[in-house]
Amino acid sequence: MANETGIGAAVKRKEDARFITGAGRYTDDIGAHGQANAVFARSPHARARLNGIDLAAAQATEGVVAVFTGADLQADGIGDLPCGWMVKSKDGSDMIQPAHPPIAVDRVNYVGEPYAIVIGATLEAARNGAEALEADFEELPAVVDLASAASGDQIHENVPGNQCYDWELGDKAATDAAFAQAHHVSSLDIVNNRLIPNAIEPRAALGEYDAASGMYTLHTTSQNPHLERLVLAAFVQVAPEARLRVISPDVGGGFGSKIFVYAEETAVIWAAGKIRRPVKWRAERSESFLADAHGRDHVTKAQLALAEDGTFLGLRVKTQANMGAYLSTFASSVPTYLYGTLMAGQYRTPAIYVEVQSLFTNTAPVDAYRGAGRPEATYVVERIVETAAREMGIDPAELRRRNFIAPGDFPYETPVALTYDTGDYEASLAKALEHADYAGFRARKAASEAAGKKRGIGLSCYIEACGLAPSQVAISLGAGVGLFEVGEVRVDVTGSVTVVTGSHSHGQSHETTFAQIISDRLGVPFENVTVLHGDTGRSDYALGTYGSRSLAVGGSALIKATDKIIAKGRKIAAHMLEADEDQVAFAEGAFTVADSNQSLTFPEVAFAAYVPANYPLEELEPGLSEKAFYDPPNFTYPAGAHICELEIDPATGVVDITSFVAVDDFGNVINPMIVEGQVHGGLAQGIGQALLEHGVYDETGQLVSGSYMDYTMPRADDLPSFTVDTTVTPCTHNPLGVKGCGEAGAIGSTAAVMNAVTDALGVASVPMPATPETVWRAAQVA
Amino acid sequence: MYQFNYHRPASLDEAASLMAGADDGTYLSGGMTLIPTLKQRLAAPSDVIDLGGIGALSGITDNGNSISVGAMTRHAEVAASNAIPALADLAGQIGDAHVRNRGTIGGSIANSDPAADYPAAVVALDSTIHTTKRSIPGGEFFQGLFETALDEGEIITSVEFTKPTAAAYAKFPNPASRYAVVGVFVARCGDATCVGVTGAGPCAFRWSELEAELGKGFSASAVANAALDHSEFNADIHASAEFRGNLVRVMAQRAIERVA
Repeated sequence: MANETGIGAAVKRKEDARFITGAGRYTDDIGAHGQANAVFARSPHARARLNGIDLAAAQATEGVVAVFTGADLQADGIGDLPCGWMVKSKDGSDMIQPAHPPIAVDRVNYVGEPYAIVIGATLEAARNGAEALEADFEELPAVVDLASAASGDQIHENVPGNQCYDWELGDKAATDAAFAQAHHVSSLDIVNNRLIPNAIEPRAALGEYDAASGMYTLHTTSQNPHLERLVLAAFVQVAPEARLRVISPDVGGGFGSKIFVYAEETAVIWAAGKIRRPVKWRAERSESFLADAHGRDHVTKAQLALAEDGTFLGLRVKTQANMGAYLSTFASSVPTYLYGTLMAGQYRTPAIYVEVQSLFTNTAPVDAYRGAGRPEATYVVERIVETAAREMGIDPAELRRRNFIAPGDFPYETPVALTYDTGDYEASLAKALEHADYAGFRARKAASEAAGKKRGIGLSCYIEACGLAPSQVAISLGAGVGLFEVGEVRVDVTGSVTVVTGSHSHGQSHETTFAQIISDRLGVPFENVTVLHGDTGRSDYALGTYGSRSLAVGGSALIKATDKIIAKGRKIAAHMLEADEDQVAFAEGAFTVADSNQSLTFPEVAFAAYVPANYPLEELEPGLSEKAFYDPPNFTYPAGAHICELEIDPATGVVDITSFVAVDDFGNVINPMIVEGQVHGGLAQGIGQALLEHGVYDETGQLVSGSYMDYTMPRADDLPSFTVDTTVTPCTHNPLGVKGCGEAGAIGSTAAVMNAVTDALGVASVPMPATPETVWRAAQVA
Repeated sequence: MYQFNYHRPASLDEAASLMAGADDGTYLSGGMTLIPTLKQRLAAPSDVIDLGGIGALSGITDNGNSISVGAMTRHAEVAASNAIPALADLAGQIGDAHVRNRGTIGGSIANSDPAADYPAAVVALDSTIHTTKRSIPGGEFFQGLFETALDEGEIITSVEFTKPTAAAYAKFPNPASRYAVVGVFVARCGDATCVGVTGAGPCAFRWSELEAELGKGFSASAVANAALDHSEFNADIHASAEFRGNLVRVMAQRAIERVA
């Protein structure tokens, strides 16, 4: 049904009315009768022995209901927070996972690590109680950065050299051979700066225990409530899955940081059972800075071998990745299977060898953050390609073109374990170059120079593996969970539709996009489709939202369920119209007998299914409600070309982005307005990484950038008006032909910005973020 | 925040007596520094005495050769005024719209934050800080990092600025907080030129070496000849002392160009 609310229409978001008017229902908006308030006492030290905590004064504080330590949780059988992805080292050994008690027991390993939970009748009382705790810390030297991680003090008893794993991917011998025949080798040292996610809604949790039923209910800010339930039940052992319901209501942004199972909600749900009283916790912003999982933080050496004509022969990448103090839920997979596997980029590089050493430090745990591994990979590939182009005197666009995987090469098997299904990289690049007026750049540069400014242009042709993922592939590579999705289409008696999806929206607009799909497929008015999500009590076991997977995986599950609805509807209609089933077709909301004027509307069939008067009950169950699980056969591969042009004031080092073009191939697009919004947000984050954002610890492990006074979030006036466009090669293996758009902006843009900065300055590299002082210093020597 | 007694006196006398009677009282003007400090439990005053109810402290008066800005005048009101355009321009660059609608000139200068904007104008313009006890020349007001000439309990009532012949303020904002990493206020008063610098040192100061050079000829090229010792300048993750030294020169050039 091609209409103004169907697939491809720029429908306004259903969600916005409540968000804009303050009527959203976030975890902190939800209260329970008799609710107490929790405050976490957090380590002021980066590394210390915790010799004991004197609780007396805290317990005696007016209004304090209970004080619990890590020992209390352990005594109650509460387990460690696990990491859900097993990565193996080169020698075949398993990665080393240090113990990660939710509440520290006898050691603290980063500033902000919780060492006690104080529950008060009021928040004020809980705060007073937390301040009255007397912890006996014995400070130890902290290991703060990657440079000193391997040689510094050993943080965990079972982790020698602070090494989690030393992983490799690709063919080392073939890569060495490629380098041996190279005409030119480009080398680059790259630092991918640490980022702090900063979702607009801080994390929160409300734990409830119903003594009558033995049921635990946890409202929390999760991107995947079922995973939260699985981990809390199976690993942490708060309660069996069947007695634990996790609800993730409106969530104000996640960017990956709300995938993980954290200490706080674990302690809150456990404590609610312990004190038989609901317990609420909401993070203050400064807690978010300290204790949300951070992102990125890699140090890399990259080398690209080229033939005389610029053909890529081989790529070598050696990376150290900072895990922080403990392994967060999916931390191990980010610098490996979401990073090394992307090193082919859009190119036919025949030999690639990637080594990644992951190390522990006394900093907040690091895990997936918008793009998760793929921005880091794109940054390596696109910086080294640009560097090679400059060194060989080949136009950067031309060098990329010479090495692109061509449309006729698909399916294309890369040397790093992926098979790309489709793409047209040259089409995206050509369109982006046109939007950016690439040909006119030299004249604009001359004009800038005449005005005392330095102008640069930078390209980035990124690829990402999204729609995570085929379960069997992921599990064979170490994933501890499957990666399918579930969707349920419940047709109501009157023909309206209630959709239950296992995907979770924390900004992605599923209520709109999924309603468009259902409306389009079933011919039901858009406003008669309601999408429910985020509740383990509502949907079957599901995997949630991250890795740009909702539409490609969750949307495909809905299509499968919708197909079942249509198939059953045809049977019902055939019976009612006394026709053969294969003669009944469904289109535009009506079941019609071929070559006749006999027809039933969708609501008529739905009504018949629920009021089965004229109905084949001997062959068919009544009702019209179907569910489907969808497990994709492959990843999806969004790709595109980003071009950044900017001007630098050499006197101050200020970078002014004069234009930013993003041409992305997301396959088919359901709602172009929502896609554009996703791209805008991603670009802001990617540009933020390049120019503004930096998670900085000092040498003692104190977080220096622990507030908005020092952590520079991108703002509207830091950004240009973006030029956003798309090209389309539909995904070949899912029913909607979609690829996913959530992370592309953050994946592609950072390299484009830094390629432009280095182009403007005429230097090989500039560290990120390219702050005014950093750029000014580079301009002094350039 | 910790609990405290809140008061909203209607007069300066009442404010002073409330302060005298408090164990550990503090005045509240716009609250742009005090409220975040209280929320983080970094201060625990017994009494908070809100000066917002004293109407006489607010508003801008044009005295002909000078203007008087009441201590409780919000930055937004100064930004919308036109008697000293450079001062209005400075006020319009403070923080963001929320801060400009709450923050006050008296609160800003009484705090002597090294990165505040107003102090650059206070030291560069011929100014006087009027208080409940006395009048303090602007050049003697700032005494160090968060230190001023104010005595315990003394309240700023207004700030008087002599109108300059011409003036301009050039600011390099902190990219995160939008405080001044460096701000330079250049004011010509007849033949003399005064240069006030904020953000760079522990408190706002006059760059006398540049003033002397500008006395030989008012031109941005004078900056290159003026000595500037940045060795004691502030340093943080956004700007080293050396970079601040560079920014003082660049902002001074840009302010001079706008005045000229």
